[in-house]
Amino acid sequence: MEPALEISSILPDLHLIMPEIIMSVGAMLLLMIGAYRGQRAYSLVTGLSIAIIIIAGFWLVRYSGTGSAFDGAFILDPFARFMKILALIGSGVAIVMSVNYVRQERFETFEFPILIVLATTGMMLMISANNLISLYLGLEMQSLSLYVIAAIHRDSVRSTEAGLKYFVLGALSSGMLLYGMTLVYGFTGHVGFEGIANAMAGTGRSVGLVFGLVFILAGLAFKISAVPFHMWTPDVYEGAPTPVTAFFAAAPKIAAMALLVRVVMGAFEPITTDWQQIIVFISIASMALGAFAAIGQKNIKRLMAYSSIGHMGFALVGLAAGTKSGVNGVIVYMLIYMVMTVGTFACILAMRRKGGMVTNINDLAGLGSRNPLMALLLTILMFSLAGIPPLAGFFAKYFVFVAAIEANLFALAVIGVLASVVGAYYYLRIIKIMWFDEPAEDFLPMTGELKVVLGISGVFVAFFYLFAGPVLDATSTAAASFF
Amino acid sequence: MSEWPLLSVVTFVPAFGALIILFMSDSDETSRRNIRNVTLFVTLLNFVLSLGIWWSFDNSVAGFQMVEKVPWIGNFMSYHLGVDGISMLFIILTTFLMPFCILASWDSVQDRVREYMVAFLILETTMIGVFCALDLVMFYIFFEAGLIPMFLIIGVWGGKRRVYASFKFFLYTLLGSVLMLLAMMAMYWHAGTTDIVELLNHSFPASMQTWLWLAFFASFAVKMPMWPVHTWLPDAHVEAPTAGSVVLAAILLKMGGYGFLRFSLPMFPLASADFAPLVFTLSVVAIIYTSLVALAQTDIKKLIAYSSVAHMGFVTMGIFAANVYGIEGAIYQMLSHGLVSGALFLCVGVVYDRMHTREIAAYGGLVNRMPHYAVVFMVFTMANVGLPGTSGFVGEFLTLLGIFQVNTWVALFAATGVVLSAAYALWLYRRVIFGTLDKESLKSILDLNTREKAILYPLVVLVIFFGVYPAPIFDVMSASVDQLINNYQAAIEAGSQTAEAVMEKQG
Repeated sequence: MEPALEISSILPDLHLIMPEIIMSVGAMLLLMIGAYRGQRAYSLVTGLSIAIIIIAGFWLVRYSGTGSAFDGAFILDPFARFMKILALIGSGVAIVMSVNYVRQERFETFEFPILIVLATTGMMLMISANNLISLYLGLEMQSLSLYVIAAIHRDSVRSTEAGLKYFVLGALSSGMLLYGMTLVYGFTGHVGFEGIANAMAGTGRSVGLVFGLVFILAGLAFKISAVPFHMWTPDVYEGAPTPVTAFFAAAPKIAAMALLVRVVMGAFEPITTDWQQIIVFISIASMALGAFAAIGQKNIKRLMAYSSIGHMGFALVGLAAGTKSGVNGVIVYMLIYMVMTVGTFACILAMRRKGGMVTNINDLAGLGSRNPLMALLLTILMFSLAGIPPLAGFFAKYFVFVAAIEANLFALAVIGVLASVVGAYYYLRIIKIMWFDEPAEDFLPMTGELKVVLGISGVFVAFFYLFAGPVLDATSTAAASFF
Repeated sequence: MSEWPLLSVVTFVPAFGALIILFMSDSDETSRRNIRNVTLFVTLLNFVLSLGIWWSFDNSVAGFQMVEKVPWIGNFMSYHLGVDGISMLFIILTTFLMPFCILASWDSVQDRVREYMVAFLILETTMIGVFCALDLVMFYIFFEAGLIPMFLIIGVWGGKRRVYASFKFFLYTLLGSVLMLLAMMAMYWHAGTTDIVELLNHSFPASMQTWLWLAFFASFAVKMPMWPVHTWLPDAHVEAPTAGSVVLAAILLKMGGYGFLRFSLPMFPLASADFAPLVFTLSVVAIIYTSLVALAQTDIKKLIAYSSVAHMGFVTMGIFAANVYGIEGAIYQMLSHGLVSGALFLCVGVVYDRMHTREIAAYGGLVNRMPHYAVVFMVFTMANVGLPGTSGFVGEFLTLLGIFQVNTWVALFAATGVVLSAAYALWLYRRVIFGTLDKESLKSILDLNTREKAILYPLVVLVIFFGVYPAPIFDVMSASVDQLINNYQAAIEAGSQTAEAVMEKQG
């Protein structure tokens, strides 16, 4: 037995996971503050949790090198760093956007920001997971926090229902994932991704291994809410408090997508043709369902749920290519998707009248004359979600489809662009309601933090082409991690 | 090449103007007037600037001129602008017509003036961008971005069925375009560049050309529009405000024809030759069928919209005849149709502003109260018919001449379209202008006011001027068109030689 506890031998490892340490220690400290000061601590805890996220992000950018730790269980490469920064931004913005909502709806529980910090820690572990064990640990840490967050508004029946639904289905998917992992371990004798890949390269694949692959992909597809494992998404999106939905729509998707990319590009790289078929199917099904099912929706949160299902399908188009430009496409897609989603939810959070929040699409009627600036920014976001140039959403789709064409996935690309035309219909419908219809009752004035989030996101989306060069340099460095 | 990046300036001056207007207030009548004045100034300034392009344009050069190229997003695309004899005149047409559009909206648009002007200026930027982009992705960006302002113009300021019309317009066009986008990606993947100049020299394998051609055809045929995918056009035209119809008919439709000339013909010559019979068939059907449909219309704008489809049939026919007469005729027809159809929609706008109806039956005997209007409308009706001495004649005659050399049957059927166009146009004129003025509502109608005269008289002069003296236009385009045809013929010959070689090997 090695004397593994010698402190100097694990120092480099600790250095690599410093951001995670900051997050988890910070979360525990905040919990202490909350426990001693009670619910009065809400504002303080919220502010500090944002600070912790910023510090962790800063550390990640400034001090963390690259490398792997704990015998290859944890890996920090440019890809992981990029996705972690995205996840941190998504979580931080979600906390910021929740501040006023939580006050107005009177559920000032200090646990809420802490749970987001914990969930984000789980996401960071997922993104860096390089063996099946750390994958599962990270995933469960994230998921358990998310279940509680979905039900955080205890007094609301719908929020509780959303949390319960999410928990039951999430547990099922975790079970599938675990079963798949045991099969993979059984047939390859490894838990590390490199080990699994090497074992397959040596012996070829067996049927049992493919079963394992299918179960693992099913479990992960649940987390990114891809069809046919999407059923929870509309209900949870609609039922959960809106800032929670905003959080769900951005950060966890990024982490789960990063995990999926790492699993298929790392562990299952030798059997690309096998997982490629599955990803192609999931991708087509998600794009089609996201496009068609959203048409009939009346609730904007539910619509955004279907929209996110569709967008995951588009992101998977890049992954299906399985090439460097494909992975690059996925990264760009997730970046732009996150910005668009956060901006859209800033608008949804601003849909508030005297009686409380409203979430019907028709409540946006005539926003163009009531609040032209908000309407303009939301219009830009909607056109961008629909993928109309010159907005950012177009570039997101452009890069994944280029990758698909390069990989000869013509059918996938054609179905994908057709789905995007169908999808354009419901985004246009929102624009139509805002600009063409007679004004409905005014909303209450937008709060400052929502204005900032919406403004930044709108400007990013509208002027993405001006700074696309540096962004693409960063993403292609990240994508190069696998090649 | 001039020191100034003139093309960039002309492209982005309207967008810059839009930015200024966005920050102006439109709370009262004075500020709205200011907005109108600023917009008119911007569009006029842009027209003057664009004349600089024509002035520094060298007619003897066949390739691209005034080229601006800056690396932009990695190796995916570059910022690349330039004009040749095919594209330059479309830019002038665009900048020329925009001030008319703004003037035409002077009184008729009172609601959300600021947003309206912003939408028009952004639309102008995207239209000019389409004609001078020399990078595939840039072209696509401008091509598609134009949908956004047009969607809003139809939807916000349109007529009763504006929602239906705007959605139909947007989704139809988008559906065609996304297929073109995939084709562009495939071209990038095969040639390793998105640069149009390099792609023009790249030869794609014959089997690939077929698919690429079809994908581009899907987009341009919808945009053009060709029968049977033209149905969005009458709806969009009828519901759009006057200026929206003008832009739609005069410029947006030309993007389809321009696309055929810029991409389909030179980049996929073998496929173009193979598919030419298909295009001829669709064109002839369009010419005859939509002319007959136009005869049956009761709505003035719808009638003109169908006549546009018929006229675009001559354009597609001329382009794929692929000889000098056909292509030069097609370009001339597009430019002339830009003036004439724009002017016709402006004419409809004049009476619509007074009576708020577009029903033909609501009019009659206007000549008694509006003699100036009757004269102007007559000139444009004759130009629409293609009367010799008007600009409409030159294009129609040349396209028919071009197609006659290729296929006499097509020429025969297409020529019947000329007769039919005379039928519906003259009949429309008779019903609106002549007859007795017996409708109460028309008894007090006023003739053209100064603003309307200022809009319509210059167009009358131009339509007649280019009808009798088309040389300035042909001088600009001839070098580029010759080069296009030479390359096309060379590619066809090379293609048939390879095919023969393959046959010999197999034999």
